[in-house]
Amino acid sequence: MSSFTPFQSIAATRRLLRSKELSPVELIRELESRIASIDPKIGAYVGRDLEGALKEAESADVSKPLGGIPIGIKDAITVAGQPCQSASKILQGFTAPYDSTAVARLRAAGAIPFGRMNMDEFAMGSSTENSAFHTTQNPWDLNRIPGGSSGGSAAAVASGTALATLGSDTGGSIRQPAALCGCVGLKPTYGRVSRYGLIAFASSLDQIGPLTSTVEDSGLMMNALGGYDPHDSTSLELPDEDFTAEIGRDLKGLRIGIPKEYFVDGMEPGVRNAVDESVKQLVSLGAEPVEISLPHTEYAVAVYYIIATAEASANLARFDGVRYGRRSPEAKDLLSLYEKSRAEGFGREVKRRIILGTYVLSSGYYDAYYLRAQKVRTLIRRDFDQAFTKVDAIVSPTSPETAFRLGEKTDDPLKMYLADIFTIAANLAGICGLSLPCGFSQRDGVNLPVGLQLLGRPFGESRLLRIGHAYEKSTSWHQQHPSLTL
Amino acid sequence: MSTADSHIASHHTIDVPYLARLARLEISAEEAELFGGQLERILDHVEQMNKLDISGIEPTAHAITVFDVIREDKVGESLSKTVILENAPHHANGLFVVPKVLE
Repeated sequence: MSSFTPFQSIAATRRLLRSKELSPVELIRELESRIASIDPKIGAYVGRDLEGALKEAESADVSKPLGGIPIGIKDAITVAGQPCQSASKILQGFTAPYDSTAVARLRAAGAIPFGRMNMDEFAMGSSTENSAFHTTQNPWDLNRIPGGSSGGSAAAVASGTALATLGSDTGGSIRQPAALCGCVGLKPTYGRVSRYGLIAFASSLDQIGPLTSTVEDSGLMMNALGGYDPHDSTSLELPDEDFTAEIGRDLKGLRIGIPKEYFVDGMEPGVRNAVDESVKQLVSLGAEPVEISLPHTEYAVAVYYIIATAEASANLARFDGVRYGRRSPEAKDLLSLYEKSRAEGFGREVKRRIILGTYVLSSGYYDAYYLRAQKVRTLIRRDFDQAFTKVDAIVSPTSPETAFRLGEKTDDPLKMYLADIFTIAANLAGICGLSLPCGFSQRDGVNLPVGLQLLGRPFGESRLLRIGHAYEKSTSWHQQHPSLTL
Repeated sequence: MSTADSHIASHHTIDVPYLARLARLEISAEEAELFGGQLERILDHVEQMNKLDISGIEPTAHAITVFDVIREDKVGESLSKTVILENAPHHANGLFVVPKVLE
């Protein structure tokens, strides 16, 4: 008898597959029926190839590390032969000619890419409201956003319609939706996972990572994803690592940093509470708390929105209606072909960022904005270098607030940007970060998940997963799921 | 050219239509006005970077520095022309077709 149950971890599902209690084909079929019944309310998926996945499931080798495990893929990451749009109209009709390295590595580990996940257009946003497809609803309250930009990836895991998904994180796009939906999200160290086949937003900040229902699953995914790739000159040649190796070890002797700049007024009280309690919990598990300072925290959002938009304005120049994607039927000459194809293809947030990025790179402003931002980026990076001489990990809220209402911030981009305050610095510094469920906060009478962020030094993922797992094992937040009976 | 100690101007006048032209992006008058106001507010926020003394600080382009990445100069597999052209909005004779550039 098959025995797939929603919210089951990869580790548990793998045992069922290996003991033949469940076949990979049955797993895909049951997942599909779960998606068909739940996802119309959530909107996490933008497409899926059931037939293709079933065909792959027939020949899946369950002895492999992720053998027969279906994984949802963010729409910014290519899967050969599948549409890939980065949730933009400008890539309408685009079919990926090759697998991204992340997907190729998942396949090599036996996994089956199944489903494309909704996101903010070109990963620009914190709510998934900038998708050209549709909005995605938070599984805990359908009137609320799931976070973003990997909102579909997080909402699917949190609503039990995916075992695990891939997201990408440029300023918090894995960790923030994981926090707001109540699942586990890991942004690896810059260079850990190849970006080949990830539609670029800001190349010096982008990193692919997993969203899962448990910390252990995050390690299992990283075992497949991490590694050098000659196709990405920023991917790093590091010795092979078992990311689950430290899982199960206790926290004795580990020092956790509490950055005073991250615990300031203005935070949602329920978030503050949950994180304070989590710190106590980590201490009771043996970790030693150390107060630290990250003095340049307040500049992170400013630096980010200069550097990310500058890089985006250059990266998005390739979408011109010539070689792929949408071409305006109105074009009369080459210039209007560019201008009209881009005008019709890009959404508002993308246009806004292209214009800001063009401005900060334009003659006369480059030094004042872009170069200055790169120098302040150095200061932010040094803050973390200093902190990691004293501590093994840094603890903070992932987001200063829980999920906000759909439409609440769409008219005020700056307000939307400031919601990323706690996640952005990790991308600027290139370090790794994990978000995991740490409780609930009551907002407008609704209980909404809170995320705990653990930041680690470069290549410190295994340590973060060890801390995260010890915390998870001692709490039951990850076992609570939305009722979805609305 | 501005110098390394150049500061961000405190009053921002952003010529959105000009920037849009540089970015090869057609925008409506309504969008120009909307973006102008929003971008000014964002730049007001960015201005706080002026408070910092950045003299002698090296810029960071990539957080994890790698140097001189070169691969072996060996012919490998790449995507075929046919595969590439399949995604083109308009192609003929193995080429991308665009409106006439020269009269």
